[in-house]
Amino acid sequence: MGAIQNMSRRNFVKVIGLASGGLVIGCQFVSDKNEIVRIDDGTTFTPNLFVQLKKDGTLILLASRSEMGQGVRTSLTSVIADEMDADWNFVTVAQATGDSKFGNQNTDGSRSIRTIFEPMRKMGATARAILISAAAKKWNIASSACKTENHYVINTTSNEKLFYGDLVTDAMKIEVPTEVSLKEKKDFNYIGKQLKSVDLTDFTHGTAVYGIDARLPNMKFAAIARCPSTFGTVKSVDKTATLEITGVEQVVELERVKRPFGMMGGVAVIASNTWAAFQGKNNLEIVWNKGSNGRYDSEKYMQKITNRVHNKAKVVPPTKGNITTAFKEASSVIEATYQMPHLAHAPMEVPNALAWVYDGKCEIWAPVQAPQATKTEVASYLGIDEEHITIHVTFLGGGFGRKSKPDFVVEAVALSKKMNVPVQVVWTREDDIQNAYYHTTSAQYLKGALDKNGTVTGWLHRTAFPSIVSTFKPMSDYGAGFEFGQGFNNNQFDIEHMRFENAKAEAHVRIGWLRSVCHIYHSFGINSFVDELAAKAGKDPLQFNLDLIGKDKIRKEKSPFPLNTKRLKNVLKTAAKKANWGKKLPEGHGIGLAVHYSFYTYVASIVEVSVKNNKLKVQQIHTAVDCGMVVNKDTVTNQLEGAAIFGMSVALHGKITAKDGAIEQSNFHDYQMTRMSETPNIDVTIIESDEAPTGIGEPGVPPIAPAIANAIFNATGKRYRTFPLSEHGLV
Amino acid sequence: MKTLTINGKSHSIEAQDDMPLLWAIRDIIGLTGTKYGCGVSQCGACSVLLDGQVIRSCSIPVTYAEGKEIVTIEGQSDTLNYLREAWVDGNVPQCGYCQSGQLIAATALLDSNANPTEEDINNAMSGNICRCGTYPRIKKAIYKAIELKNK
Ligand code: FES
Ligand code: FES
Repeated sequence: MGAIQNMSRRNFVKVIGLASGGLVIGCQFVSDKNEIVRIDDGTTFTPNLFVQLKKDGTLILLASRSEMGQGVRTSLTSVIADEMDADWNFVTVAQATGDSKFGNQNTDGSRSIRTIFEPMRKMGATARAILISAAAKKWNIASSACKTENHYVINTTSNEKLFYGDLVTDAMKIEVPTEVSLKEKKDFNYIGKQLKSVDLTDFTHGTAVYGIDARLPNMKFAAIARCPSTFGTVKSVDKTATLEITGVEQVVELERVKRPFGMMGGVAVIASNTWAAFQGKNNLEIVWNKGSNGRYDSEKYMQKITNRVHNKAKVVPPTKGNITTAFKEASSVIEATYQMPHLAHAPMEVPNALAWVYDGKCEIWAPVQAPQATKTEVASYLGIDEEHITIHVTFLGGGFGRKSKPDFVVEAVALSKKMNVPVQVVWTREDDIQNAYYHTTSAQYLKGALDKNGTVTGWLHRTAFPSIVSTFKPMSDYGAGFEFGQGFNNNQFDIEHMRFENAKAEAHVRIGWLRSVCHIYHSFGINSFVDELAAKAGKDPLQFNLDLIGKDKIRKEKSPFPLNTKRLKNVLKTAAKKANWGKKLPEGHGIGLAVHYSFYTYVASIVEVSVKNNKLKVQQIHTAVDCGMVVNKDTVTNQLEGAAIFGMSVALHGKITAKDGAIEQSNFHDYQMTRMSETPNIDVTIIESDEAPTGIGEPGVPPIAPAIANAIFNATGKRYRTFPLSEHGLV
Repeated sequence: MKTLTINGKSHSIEAQDDMPLLWAIRDIIGLTGTKYGCGVSQCGACSVLLDGQVIRSCSIPVTYAEGKEIVTIEGQSDTLNYLREAWVDGNVPQCGYCQSGQLIAATALLDSNANPTEEDINNAMSGNICRCGTYPRIKKAIYKAIELKNK
C-alpha cells in the first residue's frame, strides 16, 4: 500500500445508504480545480460520484462525463474499481444525468481524467476500507489482518474469504474512515493496463442508444431549414410543396436566439418520421434576408488576412530581445506564410435532440458534451429554473467539440413547447456541414534569423484568425489570450530574439472549438517553419529540433503542469527511434517530423510518405506520447491512432469554403474524410511516467499535418504551405 | 401495407413507396442500430444486408426491399458473430456510431470472399467512414475474424 491519504475533510466520502438493495457510497469534489472540496455543515451532502455495490456483487459505477469515443466511461470507472480491488467482470457503468450535483460534467479540453483522477482513487480506496472494516468486525480481527483481492476480503491469518456482495449489509453500519491508503503503482490491476471498453456488447449489436435513437411515445420528428449565410433571417416562405408530403404535419418558423449557443432560427418542418421531415425541408421555398455575413467569400478573405500578416500587427507578449537587430545581424533570414481553411467537425452522428416540455418541466435526451451548459441554455430559453430540467445524456456518435454547443437542443425544446408533444430535431448532414460552428481559418507569417553556425537567433510569428470569442462577443476581431496560449506565443523554443504579433480577423461564420483547436494551425506553422529553417541551415531536422528546444528545463509559467523540455525532447527521440530516423528510404519516399505540447501532453509524430506521379500516400506514422500516468493504455493508443486519422483528414482533405455567405460544401463527397484505403500503419508508443495524468483526446492531432508536409518536402523538395493537400492535386 | 422481413421476422408497415429503407427500419419498425450518417451513399453507416448483399439503406426505396431477406446489426449470422468476437478482442470501437455499418460491410465481404487480400479489404471497407479513425483496428479485427472462422 502506498501513502496514507488524509481524509480529514470528512464529508468528502460518505455512505449514503441502502438504495435498491445495495451499499451506495458517494463522494464530492470540484472537478475543475483538481482539488477536493468539502465545505458543508455536515448535514447536507451532495456527492458527485457514486459507487453502488449490490448484494449479488454487481458494482455499478456512475460515469459523470459524456462518452464520445474517448473511452471515458471505461477509464474513469476503472480507477475506482482498481482502488477497490473489484473484479472488472462485476462492473457495470451507468451514465449520470446532467446535474450540477455531479460537478462540472463538461467533456472538453481533454480534462476528464486530469481533473478527477485523484478523487476517484480516494473514492475506490474508501469503499475498499469500508468493506475491510466490515469483514474485520465479522471475524473479530483487526483490519490490518485483512487484505482484498478481486472482489473478496481475505483474512490473512485464517485464509477465510468474504465476497464483497455478502458484506453489503454490514458495510452499511461502518463509519467512513478518516484516512485511506492509496495503492502503489505496482499494485494496480487496471490502471495503466489494457482494459476493454465496457460498452463493446452494445457497440457490436446496435443496442447502444445514441441521441438520434431516443424514442418516446407520440413523438414527432423535425428538420429545420436555416439561412445559408450566418445569422440571416427568413424573408418569406412558401410551404405548399412541403405540406403535400405524406407524413408532414406542420411548418413552423423559429426565431433566432441571440446567445452563443442559442439557435440560429429558420423554418422547421414537423413530421411523423425523419424522412418526411427531411423531404419537407427540401421542398420549402424560402427567400432569405442574407444579413451582414451574406457576402462572405472565404477565398477573398484569405487574401485579406494574409495581407495583414505581411504587415506589422498588434504585439502579443512576451517579446524577447530585439527582433529588428536579430534580422539585421543574421547571416541568413527566411520567411514563409502558411494558410489553413475552415473545418467542420462532422461527427458521424449529426447534431440532434429529443425534447419534451410539459407541465412547466423539460426533459431532454441528447448527445451533449456539456450537459450543464445545455441546461443553462434551455433554462434561459424557457424561463424556468434549472431544477425543472432533466438531461439524459445518451451515447455520442462523436463530438470533437461540436456537441458542446447545444444550439440543436434549444431547437428541439422550442419546437416541443410550440407543439406540446415530444419533438426530435435531426440535422441532415448538409445542415451539419453548412450551419456549423466552424474551426477558424488562419494565415500565419513566420520570419526567422540564422547565424553563421545555423543557429536560430530571431523568431517573428504573426497570426491572424477569426476568434472563438466572436461567437460570445460579436466584433471581437483579435485573438484571445487562451487562443495564443494554444501553441502560439508559448512555443517550446528559447530563442534570443522573439516577437509575436496578431492581426485583425473579423468573423463571418460562427467560430467554435474543434478537436485540439488553435493548436492545429499553430503547430502547422511552427513545425513547418522549423523544418524550413533546418533545411536553410543545412541541418538534420531531428537534431535541429532538439537543439532548438534546448537544455532540460521546466518552463516558468502559471500552469499546473508547466512545460518540461526534457519530456518534450524525449517523445521526439522516442518517435525517431521507433521510426529508425536516418534510415535509407525507398525511391520516392520521404520522412518528416513534428513535435507539439498541448493540453499538458507531449506528442511527437514521424511520418513516412511516398509521392509518385504527384500522388501522395502516407505510409507510416510513428507517434510517441507522454501524458503522465496512463489510466488505460488501450484507450490512449486508440485515441492517438484516431488522432492520426483525424490529422490526416485535416492535411489531405479538410476544406470548408464560403461564397456569397454560403458554405460551398455539403456532404462527404465534397468534404472528404480519410478512409481505410488511405490509412497508413500507425504505431503508438506510450512513455511510462508517474507524473499526473494529462489529456489524450486532442494532443495527438497537432503534429500530424506538419509532419506530413515536412515528409513531402523530404521526398520531393517541394514545400506545401497551404492546406489541404488535395488542393495541390496530391490526393 | 408493405411487408419487410428483417432478421427473420416479418413486419407489416405503412410507408410511402419512396421512403428509403433506412427510415422505415429506424422510424417505423423501430430498430435503431442501423444509422444515418449522410443520406447519400457516402458513409456506409446505414449498411444492411439485402439477400446477403451489402446495400446503403439510405439510398434504396423501401419497395425494393419487399420480399427480400434483410439483415441488420441486430441480426445474427455466423460470420457476423465471428466479426463481433474479433471486434471485442481488438477493442475496435471508439464512439461506436459507425460500427454497425462497418460490421455489416465486413460480413458481406467475408461471406463472399473467405480469404480477402488487404486490397480486397480496403476496397470493401472504404465506403464506410469512421470519423473516430478506427480503421487500423477494423482491419486487424477482420483478419482475426478470418482466423476464428477458419479454425
Ligand atoms: S447514411 Fe447511407 S451511406 Fe451514409
Ligand atoms: S467509432 Fe466513431 S465514427 Fe467510427
